[in-house]
Amino acid sequence: MQKFILRVNGETKEVESHSDSPLLWVLRDHLDLVGTKYGCGIAQCGACTVHLDGKAVRSCQVPVSAIGDSKIKTIEGLSKDATHVLQEAWREHDVPQCGYCQAGQIMSAASLLETNKRPSDEEIDTAMAGNICRCGTYLRIKAAIKTASSNL
Amino acid sequence: MTELRRRSFLKISGLTAGGFFIGFNFTGCKSSVDVKAMPTEWTDINAFLQIGDTGIVTIFSPNPEIGQNIKTSMPMLVAEELDVAWKDVMVKQAPLDLVKYTRQVAGGSQSIRQGWESLRTAGATARQMLVNAAAKSWGVDPSLCSTNEGIVSGPDNKTIGYGELAKLAAQEPVPTDVKLKEVKDFKIISKDTKNVDIEGIITGKSLFGIDTKREGMRYASVLRPPSFGQELIAYDDTEAKAIVGVERIEKFGNKIAIIATDTWSAMKGQKALKATWTEGNFESTTFHDEKMAESLSKKGETKREDGDTAKAMKLADRIIEKTYEAPFLPHSCLEPMNFFAHVTEEKADLYGPIQTPDWTRSRVAELLEMEKEKVFIGMSRMGGGFGRRLYGDFALEAAEVSKITGLPIQLVFSREDDMTAGTYRPASKYKFRAAIKDGQMTAYELDGVIMNNGNSTREQNFPACCVENYKVTSSNVESNITTGAWRAPIANFLACAEQSFIDEVAEAVDKDPVAFRLELLERAKTNPVGDLEYDPDKMIGVIKLAAEKSGWGTKVGNVHQGFSVYYSHNSYVAEVAEVAMETGSPVVKKVYCAVDCGIVVNPIAALNQVEGGIIDGIGHAMYSEFKFENGRTTRTNFDKYRMIKMSEAPEVETHFVQSENDPTGLGEPTLPPAGGAVANALYQATRQRHYRQPFIQDISLLG
Repeated sequence: MQKFILRVNGETKEVESHSDSPLLWVLRDHLDLVGTKYGCGIAQCGACTVHLDGKAVRSCQVPVSAIGDSKIKTIEGLSKDATHVLQEAWREHDVPQCGYCQAGQIMSAASLLETNKRPSDEEIDTAMAGNICRCGTYLRIKAAIKTASSNL
Repeated sequence: MTELRRRSFLKISGLTAGGFFIGFNFTGCKSSVDVKAMPTEWTDINAFLQIGDTGIVTIFSPNPEIGQNIKTSMPMLVAEELDVAWKDVMVKQAPLDLVKYTRQVAGGSQSIRQGWESLRTAGATARQMLVNAAAKSWGVDPSLCSTNEGIVSGPDNKTIGYGELAKLAAQEPVPTDVKLKEVKDFKIISKDTKNVDIEGIITGKSLFGIDTKREGMRYASVLRPPSFGQELIAYDDTEAKAIVGVERIEKFGNKIAIIATDTWSAMKGQKALKATWTEGNFESTTFHDEKMAESLSKKGETKREDGDTAKAMKLADRIIEKTYEAPFLPHSCLEPMNFFAHVTEEKADLYGPIQTPDWTRSRVAELLEMEKEKVFIGMSRMGGGFGRRLYGDFALEAAEVSKITGLPIQLVFSREDDMTAGTYRPASKYKFRAAIKDGQMTAYELDGVIMNNGNSTREQNFPACCVENYKVTSSNVESNITTGAWRAPIANFLACAEQSFIDEVAEAVDKDPVAFRLELLERAKTNPVGDLEYDPDKMIGVIKLAAEKSGWGTKVGNVHQGFSVYYSHNSYVAEVAEVAMETGSPVVKKVYCAVDCGIVVNPIAALNQVEGGIIDGIGHAMYSEFKFENGRTTRTNFDKYRMIKMSEAPEVETHFVQSENDPTGLGEPTLPPAGGAVANALYQATRQRHYRQPFIQDISLLG
């Protein structure tokens, strides 16, 4: 085990973990940030999506040793009081069913809206292609992203 | 835990709230909604509800939440009859207690249907006790009092809140003959009511089993036999033990548990274990196909027989015979299987995602040779269930590993574990034969065969009663691959096969698919052949509604429609899929859906279930291919197994039949018709019939 200093949601945290441990498990097991979910471990489902320096990444594929000074943002740090435009839209559309994939969906969508405030349907599809929802809430996710976009 | 939550509410109720209190208006913080203060004292009225001294009510939701939104809709039923404002309701997951609650199961789309009376009665009983207490304090007859939004009103404009009355009400005798509201008086039921856990979900709070943390807890990963049928011979754990964080390695039964300080170490440990397993010639998809084909060539057990199909076949002008097939499927709950267990000499504490807490409790008690009263199972929110979490194998494993180690254990499956150690939707094949005589279907035969799952058919369902000569048989092929319920068991593929076949017959007799179905149902309605176990009128109702709303038969150009209708989980659903050709490939653009599920308890959530069921149904019918080779699947993760994506999800337009009938199932019934509607629309677009799922196998061949 090795010590790492991480910058997570505006705070500096020291953790001790395997150097090859994916950020996902460091967040969940070591930092108690369980909002970031494990789904597949191979970047195919998007449940573990977080932002690294503002960009959406699959935290199951980022070894903790590769993070350095990069800023990590998780669902817990997306907004101070749960008022991110996407969180508001998720409430309005009552998006979730089981809810497990939703944090990853929101983090992917947030990254999209950072760079593209008015994404087209196709751009939303492309940005969200790596996020699976077995419950099939895709229509509401898309509708919520559009609502959020129009409120930006 | 409960106390903590209450305190945290007190502290933050003016700004934001935890995931459970509905009263706060989250959208915009400009609310003038009357937000009641958090109570300092609570009174238990009955097992379903507590009333706080400020009028806030806690309602306990008895059944496990897998995404069917039962944690919102069940408390709505209690709140309706209690006659309390929904904004003053807090919802909590009830503990497992079959004395207080009945049927604490998530399965068969039965939670609302079976809780409809009992939940409303719990609310109405409490309301009557509050009324009786108020009447007594005023010295008036209870019949002179009324309630509205948590306030009892009596003669001379007297009013008193539930909060003030709670203690007195709890001392009132429990009435046994309460009257329930009429549908027209509903204030909460049939109103859009948002998910009570939404705050926790969108802010990443600990809600799911996999999020569990307990003092001293260790993480366990389990190495299971790679192939179904293999036995463990020996293992070498030298390398696994050398991994920092791995604390213990324990063999139990045919499996090996790796116990570690964190999930990653446990998973690394599993990979580093070297195990030898018995060799053999284990089951493959080819073997399954051969066995099922062999079984189909003989008739199975007769499940229903009307008239004489053999005779009708002999007299027919023409016989249509088609066989449809579908593979085993994993459940692919996004939250992999996991469970927490802490077993001591005195008791066993378990917690996690489970659809059948009571059955699992019995099995854990048996496994541990412990009295059932000493086994406790708490229910977490579940990251999907779809039937996989009916089978508590993962909870039993957690209990066993905890017993061996004496440690509190959080047992976690990797995705690979989840896909390779499943209780799969069984593979099945359906052979249909129809006799055509003078432009009519005079006989209908179905022979079903399924892997390891009992009856492969729903023999009493449509088109039973519609055809003079009707015969359904079923056979089962034994397998050592574990199988089980998968969202809308049997119906999930049988409906697709049957509705595809009905379209083929319609075409053979040169009839419009909708008109043909209606004609068949007319027979069931007016002069049914044999026992009738479904309601032809309701089926006709949804067919007509779907046809009307979809503009059936009026679409021109690049819009190709396919029809499907199915009755399952006590609900009737008709769907019209629309496919367009885009750069030479068929694309599912839209699905119209008509549903008769009785009273719609929570429209906003019901629509979500309908859309989800359809998208899930299309996804698995179109894309999800699963195979076995030598006893194991090669589809071990989502890179090798395809789930439907956002871009592939069609628009869904839903129409509920207006109804005052008691509610029926909704978590499952919109899935079965989806595959058939798409298959029939694909045929209209491409002139190619689809006989095997997933359709993508043959669509690719087209390209």
